Amino acid sequence: MKFLHDLLEKQKPLFEKGGKLEKLYYVFEAGETFMFTPPEVTKAKGVQVRDAVDLKRVMMTVVIALIPAILFGIWNVGYQHFLATNDAEVASFGAQLIYGLKLALPLIIVSYAAGGTIEAAFAVFRNHPITEGFLVTGILIPLVVPASLPLWQIALASAFAVLIAKEVFGGVGMNILNVALTARAFLYFAYPAQISGDKVWIEIGETAAGQAMATVDGFTGATFLGLAVEAQKVGQPVADFVAQHAHWVQSPAELAMTSFIGLIPGSIGETSALMCLIGAIVLIWTKVADYRIILSGVLGALGMGVLLNVFAGDMQAVKDGVEGAKYFAYLDMPSYYHLIVGGFAFGIVFMATDPVSASQTNTGKWIYGAFIGIMTVIIRVLNPAYPEGIMLAILLMNVMAPLIDNYVVNANKKRRLKRATV
Amino acid sequence: MKLKQGFDIKLVGKATESIAKDVEAPKRYALKPEDFPGMIRPKSVVKVGAKVKAGDPILIDGKQEEIKYTSPVSGEIVEIQRGERRKLLAIVVEADSNIEYKEFPVKPVDQVSVEDAKAVMLESGVWPLLVRRPYAIVADPSDQPRAIFVSSFDSHPLAPNYEFTLQGQEAYIQAGVDVLKKFAPKVYVGLNGTAPSKLFDNVAGVEKNKFNGPHPAGNVGVQIHHTSPIANANDVVWTISPQGLAQIGKLFKEGKYDAKQVIAVAGPKVDKPEYVETYVGASVDTIAAAKIKGDDVRVVSGNILTGSAISKDGFIGFYSNMVTALAEGKKSRFFLTDGWLAPITSRLSFHKAFGLLGSTSKEYALDTNTNGQDRPFAVTGAFEKVVPMDIYPMYLLKSILAYDYENMEALGIYEVAEEDFALCEFIDVSKHDIQKIVRQGLDTMRLD
Repeated sequence: MKFLHDLLEKQKPLFEKGGKLEKLYYVFEAGETFMFTPPEVTKAKGVQVRDAVDLKRVMMTVVIALIPAILFGIWNVGYQHFLATNDAEVASFGAQLIYGLKLALPLIIVSYAAGGTIEAAFAVFRNHPITEGFLVTGILIPLVVPASLPLWQIALASAFAVLIAKEVFGGVGMNILNVALTARAFLYFAYPAQISGDKVWIEIGETAAGQAMATVDGFTGATFLGLAVEAQKVGQPVADFVAQHAHWVQSPAELAMTSFIGLIPGSIGETSALMCLIGAIVLIWTKVADYRIILSGVLGALGMGVLLNVFAGDMQAVKDGVEGAKYFAYLDMPSYYHLIVGGFAFGIVFMATDPVSASQTNTGKWIYGAFIGIMTVIIRVLNPAYPEGIMLAILLMNVMAPLIDNYVVNANKKRRLKRATV
Repeated sequence: MKLKQGFDIKLVGKATESIAKDVEAPKRYALKPEDFPGMIRPKSVVKVGAKVKAGDPILIDGKQEEIKYTSPVSGEIVEIQRGERRKLLAIVVEADSNIEYKEFPVKPVDQVSVEDAKAVMLESGVWPLLVRRPYAIVADPSDQPRAIFVSSFDSHPLAPNYEFTLQGQEAYIQAGVDVLKKFAPKVYVGLNGTAPSKLFDNVAGVEKNKFNGPHPAGNVGVQIHHTSPIANANDVVWTISPQGLAQIGKLFKEGKYDAKQVIAVAGPKVDKPEYVETYVGASVDTIAAAKIKGDDVRVVSGNILTGSAISKDGFIGFYSNMVTALAEGKKSRFFLTDGWLAPITSRLSFHKAFGLLGSTSKEYALDTNTNGQDRPFAVTGAFEKVVPMDIYPMYLLKSILAYDYENMEALGIYEVAEEDFALCEFIDVSKHDIQKIVRQGLDTMRLD
């Protein structure tokens, strides 16, 4: 690799102070340090050795933890298409994967390109190194949108998020909101038609004649969460209702497993709780994500779900015509469904744990995670306008995180002050 | 006391417990003002060519002239090194072959008044061995410390074993304790919970506490925090090393400032790492000639966490108890073969991020490469795992960077010194100079 290194070194004067391309120094530097770790050594004073870790490795760990979700998600896009348009068993695994790749890969590339360009432009204008944060953000954005999203929209969202959620605050490490979720929120509020409702989650595709392809009997484009809201309206238990109305599940009994594995329609990367669980194990084992946030988030969601069960009313009484009896199917849904449907698993593992926008103190992390779980379930169940709650829950808690930390740190200050008077 | 937080950096080249025979006695010795972070206006009180005895003053702080910084050996002042704008860098003494000592009065310790003790200590050069907290600077003679703390062991990587370097000096240590008891009502000694101490087990008149756990369990700041924490800016305590205690004891028992000390010479680039007997401030040249192998080597005065790089003919720092030698890491690594995208086992990491497969219990021959570049703070929760104190390191650091006096105070700036945050600097993903930030904070609080 020496010749490559020499080649780069030869170009370096062009970019250094006084060189023709001086302005692009940090772009060049980012490229060079991408390929070759810098030969910097520790300073004369201070630690003489440094840990082998750097931000690139930390970010890479997150990308690696995402790989199961990415691969499964891409395949699932194809699987859902074939499941909806003909018998999924007809199409081979390869065909399903290729179909998914055709849709998902351009989204990933465009997301990286658009956000990366903004990132590089800021590095050039503001004269600072390009940081690795976008390595993760760039892949998170396409994973939380439906595969049918127009490319120009993801480009716009990615650029918007990097600019408004990150660079405006001073770049990596300074942002208040999770960057990828800001991109999703932007899409949700700016172009709701392409990211919500019943039409977008499964790519139906067109025939050669330009007509929408025929769908299987009993086809529905709605997600589990969309169907759960419907179940509430008709007063039928959610699992029964979903099994009856969704073409991707046959019986209530297999609903939980299907959802857990992720063979359901939804955003590209977030349907499979199983893949998120694998990611969580990687992140917790490598200590890149804090288990406190994930665990308290899960407990918060479960706890809130159980609490809602209490207020669900009595279905039998309604059937029997008891006066004043009420039944709320969504409130009655078993709590664990909240963990395996929608974007909860993906959000709590990969978004809530973003160390920059999460709480920074250990106590704060418990509170922060728990509230994300609680808020997610509240928004999902009690606010029919937003079928998915995790995005808003995390963004809200991102904003609250500094406040939580403030209380935790203040308690520490009080503790030390108390010591003083003793 | 069992401390959970911390991290032991295991490095190749631990010194065997023997005194090197193949190292020639260094000729040149120096005092460097930069070893004393509280020194405001360092001044040389000797001229080149002057003859001095061990214990004769050669350096003072113009802002605090009663504290004398004295020559560790007898001989001739051969050089006064100055840097930019005539900043005093070092006063160099060339040693006689037989050391002559300036004489100080010998009196049984119990008959010495605190004023007399103070006067002798200030005059002889042992005073700077007393470090005051808050601020981790040389003790102020007008201080009335609440307590004095001694850590009986050094838990830094490859640090010397005081049980070996000070063996047989129990009586001096006891005398040192007796002298210091005149200044403060209490003397606390932190003992290593995993090993008995011949030096301190029989020392009387002190309160002993045992500390178990990884580094920084041996840091005196950590021990203070867990025994009797510093409450505010006016809550002054002093700290001193076991070596310092022995030197003070010797001063009162024998009437001389004996700067002799046994230091460890250790590290991956040391040939037969062992101990060397020398004096404070010795030039490292003869040690380097006999012990340090290879060309592209960094010589460190002190340990790898808190030490300073010196040249191969540089001088060992006033407070340093060892010399470490390790390879310079000035090379690039291709990202796929051994850079950031390659799984590696050859480098040590506290973290377990992608590809860092090295075990933390094996010994490494680490080099000085930074393994990454300066980045904004992006990872949270890691510093807390290596600071065994009820302190939020990241918040404290940020308050220092923001010159937020109130928060620095409330978050614990008075309790810490650079060395207590050295592990944070080692593990920092963003590669900040954390010890420098801590010193900046201490200076800000002290001077403003």
